[in-house]
Amino acid sequence: MWARSGSSWFALLLVFSCYAGGKPELEVSKPSPPTNLQNVKPFHDGDHEPQAYPEEEERGRLPVFTMDYPRIQVPFEFTLWVLLASFSKIGFNIYHKITIWIPESCLLISIGLIVGAIMHSVKEEPPAVLDTDVFFLYMLPPIVLDNGYFMPTRPFYENVGTVLWYAVVGTLWNSVGIGLSLYAICQFEVFGVQDINLQENLLFASIISAVDPVAALNVFEDIGVNEQIYIVIFGEGLFNDAVTVVLYNMFTFLADMPVVESSDVFLGMARFLVVGVGGVLFGLLFGFVAAFTTRFTHKTRSIEPLFVFMFSYLAYLVAELFAISSVLAIIMCAVTMKYYVEENVSQRSCTTIRHVVKMLATISETLIFFFLGVVTITTEHEWNWAYILFTLLFAFVWRGIGILVLTQIVNPFRTITFNFKDQFGLAYGGLRGAICFALVFTLPENFSRKNLFVTASIAIIIFTVFIQGISIRPIVEYINIRRTNKDLKTINVEVHSRMMEHVVSGVEDLCGQWSHYYWKDKFKKFNDRILRRILLRDNRAESSIVSLYKKLELQSAIDLLDTPMGDLSAAPSIVSLHDEKRDSSRPKKKFLAADVRKMHDILAKNMYKIRQKTTAYTNRYNLPDNSQTREILIRRHASIRRSLGSGSLRELPSNSVPRSQKYYSLQPGSDLESAFPLRRRSHALDEVDRLSHRSSSHSVAPMRRLDIIREQTVPGGPPPLERGGAAGSVRGRKPPVPAPRRSLRRGREESVDSEPGGAEEGTGEPLLRSPSSAARDST
Amino acid sequence: MGSRASTLLREEEIEEIKKETGFSHSQITRLYSRFTSLDKGENGTLSREDFQRIPELAINPLGDRIINAFFPEGEDQVNFRGFMRTLAHFRPIEDNEKNKNPPTSEPLNSRTNKLLFAFRLYDLDRDDKISRDELLQVLRMMVGVNISDEQLGSIADRTIQEADTNGDNSISFSEFIKVLEKVDVEQKMSIRFLH
Repeated sequence: MWARSGSSWFALLLVFSCYAGGKPELEVSKPSPPTNLQNVKPFHDGDHEPQAYPEEEERGRLPVFTMDYPRIQVPFEFTLWVLLASFSKIGFNIYHKITIWIPESCLLISIGLIVGAIMHSVKEEPPAVLDTDVFFLYMLPPIVLDNGYFMPTRPFYENVGTVLWYAVVGTLWNSVGIGLSLYAICQFEVFGVQDINLQENLLFASIISAVDPVAALNVFEDIGVNEQIYIVIFGEGLFNDAVTVVLYNMFTFLADMPVVESSDVFLGMARFLVVGVGGVLFGLLFGFVAAFTTRFTHKTRSIEPLFVFMFSYLAYLVAELFAISSVLAIIMCAVTMKYYVEENVSQRSCTTIRHVVKMLATISETLIFFFLGVVTITTEHEWNWAYILFTLLFAFVWRGIGILVLTQIVNPFRTITFNFKDQFGLAYGGLRGAICFALVFTLPENFSRKNLFVTASIAIIIFTVFIQGISIRPIVEYINIRRTNKDLKTINVEVHSRMMEHVVSGVEDLCGQWSHYYWKDKFKKFNDRILRRILLRDNRAESSIVSLYKKLELQSAIDLLDTPMGDLSAAPSIVSLHDEKRDSSRPKKKFLAADVRKMHDILAKNMYKIRQKTTAYTNRYNLPDNSQTREILIRRHASIRRSLGSGSLRELPSNSVPRSQKYYSLQPGSDLESAFPLRRRSHALDEVDRLSHRSSSHSVAPMRRLDIIREQTVPGGPPPLERGGAAGSVRGRKPPVPAPRRSLRRGREESVDSEPGGAEEGTGEPLLRSPSSAARDST
Repeated sequence: MGSRASTLLREEEIEEIKKETGFSHSQITRLYSRFTSLDKGENGTLSREDFQRIPELAINPLGDRIINAFFPEGEDQVNFRGFMRTLAHFRPIEDNEKNKNPPTSEPLNSRTNKLLFAFRLYDLDRDDKISRDELLQVLRMMVGVNISDEQLGSIADRTIQEADTNGDNSISFSEFIKVLEKVDVEQKMSIRFLH
């Protein structure tokens, strides 16, 4: 609701500031977003606006109030467009139901269509956002950077062969197939498109075979389809850009030539290699340079994030300079950079980088779809039913056949094969997006039917985004593509199945079920020996878990001081488990059916997702949530401590530790839900923030106990434990004792200062070392 | 590393492991190379630290329990045979095996043995019963921080209530089997081992 009032205030402000022209107001009949639309017209006529004090003041009176619109026009309009697009995004995210059924891209295009219609009716030209240069130099890099930076590396490397196979061969297949079919159609006189020759058809086909997976990925994430499909679509969307660009350049070049020789085809293939490999190499180069630079930035923390952006953008531009695949360059740069940079920079810079990357990408994407809608209305179209319909048909058919054939060939080489449902998901998820739109605008002007191509590509984009985008969710749910099976007959089934899944996932990791394990091992050795030494400022591999631990403790210390005392009682208490042991005579509770349902809900919402299957990829619109990893780590340390001090823990209840128990007693027969309301995990965009805040504030209690223990007398030397590593940091801590906040702070400072001592435990650190890198990896 | 591994593992051993576990030759050699790569001390056995060095296990909620399952009662080292024996539980049940004459002893990857493996992950004290505490511990491991202990306790109580048929307030192995009879355990507890 606040967005509505906020935007209307903003609109009002804009109207006042730009309304000097006295134009009639547009009627506004829709909710929040279009309240800004009335500003569209006024500020475009800004150049005509009179100065507040016109020429009569030649006498030389000092003007008290002037306005100079043309001076600020360009940045001002840009800002307003961005705000407009963002407001619409806010607008329809208020209603979650909408975004579940209609992907955001559709909504943005629709709003864009409306705005475009308005602008067209007043004969205004929209800003040239989707102009080639603007698009490829300014709009596209942030999106690709985001994709590369948050790419789930482990599933990607496991599937890199498959991904490249689909991206390269698939796109080629589609382009050639569609091009040839359309050429065949062109031969029929009845459709009236004979003048389009083969090269032009191929060119057009190469443009529209570029798949843009945004909407498909959203749906797949929401439903939680298996990771394999996700990573294939993700990777395909990224890498077919390279292929498309090469094909496009090649065909453009060929279209100009009257005769095509076979040597040109070979040259084309050579060019493709140059483009691909060159892009990767440039990316690696810039990535390493960026990583190396951050090695020296510890005194200039405030500009650390800058390097990430500048170097990746530089990689992109230099690749564009040499006309090699800039998309590949920036992706490789981001992937390379991320690993080293995140170890070198401070925690804040890390967060800043991630946030800014996400922000830029979201803005870019929003603007692109928005302007797609706007430009649809305002460009000149040429409609030819036959050509367009056949284009749609062929695009669909060839993609389907392509996926089928390609999968048959690649399945024997895969450990997890694609069944037919997966293939259908892959084929149906082939939505087209903005890239093909931008490319079609760059078609040379001498194409006689350029407008037809523009119309056709817009038609395809809109068709795929709307029809396929909206219908993919129900279809995927209906055919039940492989994902976690919800067999909620009994709580037992749920709990035990989840347990089994965790076990299997763990054992798979244990076996190193990773087909490229050998290479990974080699690379890891190379990495440890050479790369880390050069690129990392602080290359003490053993201490990375200690520093993570420090960061965690610091963070929870800060959170503890921030939260009011009352919230502490909400933390899970370790005490209760031991109380339970003694309390054998519990009355048997009666469970209402409603309780059982709530239990299902609670479990479903709160159980850790199986790491491999569903959390390896991150939601495109949220930042990666590593709160779970943190939480597991904290939990494990707490359980280690508990197992250590279990003997003395039983004395605890007699102390005045706040018994969270008494705040949570479930009266017999009372309702689970009313006794303690479940904190709902909302699905809003700030879920991550809330989650991490919550989890870190809830981890306070165990953390608090850990630190207070330091103040107690510490037994000399760590007690012998099976887990040498954990003991090293635990140091045989005594049971928790409540302490006032002041001593808490002391306790924390102590722990922070003396943590470096933990690093010296050296070999005992393996358990601790790994989670931090895992925490990084899993993000 | 690959060549070194296969020379250290003799053919007879491979055959024995094959008979005992049902893995194929190439699977065994591959797993052996994994074993040796984990074995940093190079003494032919793995200790708990070696397992804990695997990063993904550290963030697996049940990581400790899984590691524990590899070590026989009271021991701290596991050799390759023991390693394979435990892993054998996760071998998928092939269709053609079901039709063969049942071997003298039940294969390690039968449904019952898989269930027993899972059961033992709960039942740390090996008294053949999952008590409420044991269940609570595992539940707590698998669940996020938003659940209070009382809530979790209720869930645990309900779980036991559903499964418990003889009224001893704990889940025995047979009750465990019964409760999971409709679940496709063969598929859930199986890993497709690479060749």
